[in-house]
Amino acid sequence: MKAGRRINVDLPLIFAALAITIFGLSIVFSAGQTDFRSPATGAWKAQMIWAVVGIGGAFAVSRASVRLIEWLTVPAYLFTLALLLALLVGLGSGAGTATSTAGWLTIAGHRLGQPSELAKLTVVLMLARVLAQNRIAPRSITELWKPMIVAGAPFLLIVAQGDLGTSIVFAGIFFAMLFWAGVPWQVLVMIAAPVISLILGFDPMIWGAFFLLFLALLLWYKPYLWEALLVTAIVVVTGVAGPLLWEHMPTYRQNRLKVFLDPSVDPRGSGYHVIQSITAIGSGGWFGAGYLHGPQKRLAFLPEQYTDFIFAVVGEELGFIGVMIALALFLFLFLRVIRIAERANDSFSSLVAFGLLASWFSHVLENVGMTVSVMPVTGIPLPFFSYGGSFMLACWLSVGILARISSEGRGGPAGPLRV
Amino acid sequence: MSFHPNDVLRRGRIASLLVCGVLVFLLSAFFRAQILKNEQYSLQSEENRLRQIPTAAPRGKILDRNGKPIAENVVGYSVALLAQNEDTLRTTLTKLRSVVQLTSKQFEDAVNRFRRDRNRPTVIIQDASFDVVSVLEEHHQDFPSLLIQSAPKRIYPDGQAVGGFIGYISEINQGELAEMAKDGYKAGQLIGKAGLEKQYEKDLRGREGVQFVEVDAHNRIVPNGRAREDVTPAEGPTLQTNIDLDLQEYMHTLFADTIEAGAIAMVPQTGEVLAMYSSPAVDPNRWVGGVPAAYFDSLLKDPRKPLYNKVLQSKQPPGSTFKLATSVMALQDSLITFETHMPQACSGYYYFGNRTWHCWKKEGHGNVNLFGAIAQSCDVYFYQLGQKLTLTRIVAGGVGLNFDKRSGIDLPEESKSEFPNALPDYFNKKYGARGWTPGEKELNLAIGQGENSQTILNMAKFYSALATDGTEPVPMIRKGEPKKGAKMALAPDQLALLRKAMAGVLQAGGTAAASAIKGIAVAGKTGTAQTLRFSKTNGKPLYWAWFAGMAPADAPKIVVVVMFPDVEFEGSTAAGFATKIIERYLHTKVDDASIERTG
Repeated sequence: MKAGRRINVDLPLIFAALAITIFGLSIVFSAGQTDFRSPATGAWKAQMIWAVVGIGGAFAVSRASVRLIEWLTVPAYLFTLALLLALLVGLGSGAGTATSTAGWLTIAGHRLGQPSELAKLTVVLMLARVLAQNRIAPRSITELWKPMIVAGAPFLLIVAQGDLGTSIVFAGIFFAMLFWAGVPWQVLVMIAAPVISLILGFDPMIWGAFFLLFLALLLWYKPYLWEALLVTAIVVVTGVAGPLLWEHMPTYRQNRLKVFLDPSVDPRGSGYHVIQSITAIGSGGWFGAGYLHGPQKRLAFLPEQYTDFIFAVVGEELGFIGVMIALALFLFLFLRVIRIAERANDSFSSLVAFGLLASWFSHVLENVGMTVSVMPVTGIPLPFFSYGGSFMLACWLSVGILARISSEGRGGPAGPLRV
Repeated sequence: MSFHPNDVLRRGRIASLLVCGVLVFLLSAFFRAQILKNEQYSLQSEENRLRQIPTAAPRGKILDRNGKPIAENVVGYSVALLAQNEDTLRTTLTKLRSVVQLTSKQFEDAVNRFRRDRNRPTVIIQDASFDVVSVLEEHHQDFPSLLIQSAPKRIYPDGQAVGGFIGYISEINQGELAEMAKDGYKAGQLIGKAGLEKQYEKDLRGREGVQFVEVDAHNRIVPNGRAREDVTPAEGPTLQTNIDLDLQEYMHTLFADTIEAGAIAMVPQTGEVLAMYSSPAVDPNRWVGGVPAAYFDSLLKDPRKPLYNKVLQSKQPPGSTFKLATSVMALQDSLITFETHMPQACSGYYYFGNRTWHCWKKEGHGNVNLFGAIAQSCDVYFYQLGQKLTLTRIVAGGVGLNFDKRSGIDLPEESKSEFPNALPDYFNKKYGARGWTPGEKELNLAIGQGENSQTILNMAKFYSALATDGTEPVPMIRKGEPKKGAKMALAPDQLALLRKAMAGVLQAGGTAAASAIKGIAVAGKTGTAQTLRFSKTNGKPLYWAWFAGMAPADAPKIVVVVMFPDVEFEGSTAAGFATKIIERYLHTKVDDASIERTG
């Protein structure tokens, strides 16, 4: 196939993305229909413009060959790092659920956008580039030093901003792409072990059990000795350090984690968002209160109803049926992207496709999960739904890249959906 | 990198399964919240947005014996605020001040109300004028948490005329709330604070209604919100009284608030209180919704003590009106008959215990029997009668006739009358064992002076017994079965003779002859007790001037007792007021034929 001359449009992909976008736009509109004026009231107009801009951007990107994108990857990645660094030197400010973080690039009081949204895209590209260079899948942690640096640098910069949610997304992207690159799951467990140890460190019994299982895994998989010793050492250290780290955590973040376990700990403070969100969703029943009529949203009980908690409006107004339709659309989109990754023409394209899937998927899992209190509250937006220009643009640019990969893929975009 | 198609497909399968699994997991969380726990969350959502606003119920009307209103309700407005916390309350109140006038007391009261009960709307203005309401309606956009409700306003159409017994209503305070919460009273409600309104609080109370309003997260009220149907408040039951408003108003015009006085009119057989007046009177209307500070101050500073109820609370020596009690005791013991003369005729004074005891009439009454002694109020006669009775008997008799008790009227503020009730402890406690002699006490108590302080009410009860078969009625303002008190041991003919003697008071030669009314035989007794105070303007002695009377003399239909504290005039003048009240009542209420007959 000759790239750029003839584009086979991946219609299922485009239609799925379009359907979700229209669904999302209509919910942003509904979120603005409150009994007393709120900032959300006119948001749908801006969001519509951003969607159009995004679709235009997607079209433009789909005209560019994957090779061009691959060639642009390194400068784009370095540019992203520069922007993230700029935030740390005082150009950042907070907003939304993540008010306490400093994710917005702000110059002279004007918010220009969230570099972390761009980072999600460029890190996927850069990881794909680095991972695609390997002829055979890495079988040890040592061989993974490059991807670790590629994902680790922006990850640390974003953690430094105080944005826990986005860093979780990065972790999701990183592990998903290593998996797609064929890294054995035992290695993934070894990488993840320190973090798991950190969390389990609060309960000595559970931590002990985890540690024994971990040792068993090491004995079975037999990695390099020094690697095994190093990871084991880190696991022990983090297990001990966990409780200490907790003490030094800012209160607002402690509360968020505590509230995740039991929102009623602080119903007026940190737990307020979750309680109102699940109340809105729960009151929806099978069919919901009807489009535009959700009382929790209408009367401003539901906070951030057009940004981070927009999915609660779906639950309240359209009920369980509406939630099923929304999640079904996402499922369709995800399976379609997996198929694109499977059929991609080269490993770079395949990894990019799967990385973008991982990014969306971790957003949906975290955001939707948070609204029903199965995930902690973090400032993660819902793709194609949450109000926000940079994210809408980033989502549609991803669609553009996926469409291009799809059209360059083996056998073209056609072919029945296979689960 | 391993991109053998088989590997890719295997990983794709795993990824697809993972994605499906996670979405099914999420969906199950939604199923749990939306389907399994739907009821709980729906309820919580309703609780979030619906506020139950209590709507005040009108209190029961209070009517006089002819169905004329003493207390009723008109439409008023209350202004309340749904505050989220004290800060927002203060901010809104401050903002409100730029639109309507709010005193700093109203401001602080509102804050206190909020602290007492956060769940009820905080009342800011209990009784808002129409002007205030229309200004607030105009600015409704600026105050979305403001609630303007129609609230029944208590009015007393006769105002001051009924001020002596009606009491007033006002907001329940913290102490009352603690006590009355078990009866379902809530902060912010209006309750009877004095008088009849307090006495029958639980009977008059209406059933509060509920208004549902829809609010948003900031307690802003949604205009025409989707709320539940309201529960309308129910008016409290009507209270029927024995009061005769016509007579009550007549008393008001008679005393005209220029003089300090107390008066009561009763039906002697039943204890029905026809009218009751304390002058100068307070206007209960001005107490509704909080008494204005300036008005309250003027009442406090008034030397005539309008806040002190002359009928219920004020007690003072009954003076010669007590001579009937002395007579009753002597007749009960058969110490004397109506024809009995005392050993010493009245020459204007009486020697006892190295002291001269004066009769009120310097030139003396001469030799009188009991009829004359009562008609002319001869002190010397009663000095000697007191000695005959002895102190022990006077004290026992006074206690027997309930002069040391309350009358038991259905009003909360009645003072207990005072009379020696234990010999010799009462005097020993007061003067020390050697500080008094029984002899002088006999003389003093016999003419109603000394350690004897009676309320007007208690005297009215005693005279009601004299007016009938000797049974004391319990004075009642509420209409109902009459309650009977003790009955004095005296034959009906003796009581009739006592009334005949009292009729002499208003006949030629009697102390109140000048107050006689044409066509009506009034029986009664004057009383003039020395206050031992003197007028600040002319240095003349001041008295408690009493008159207790009944009419028609042979079959009394009304008993009237009046008393003027700290006046220069005597009981004979007081009698003039009493007979006017009697005349008014009998001429308007009782058929003329019976009056002509008795005349």
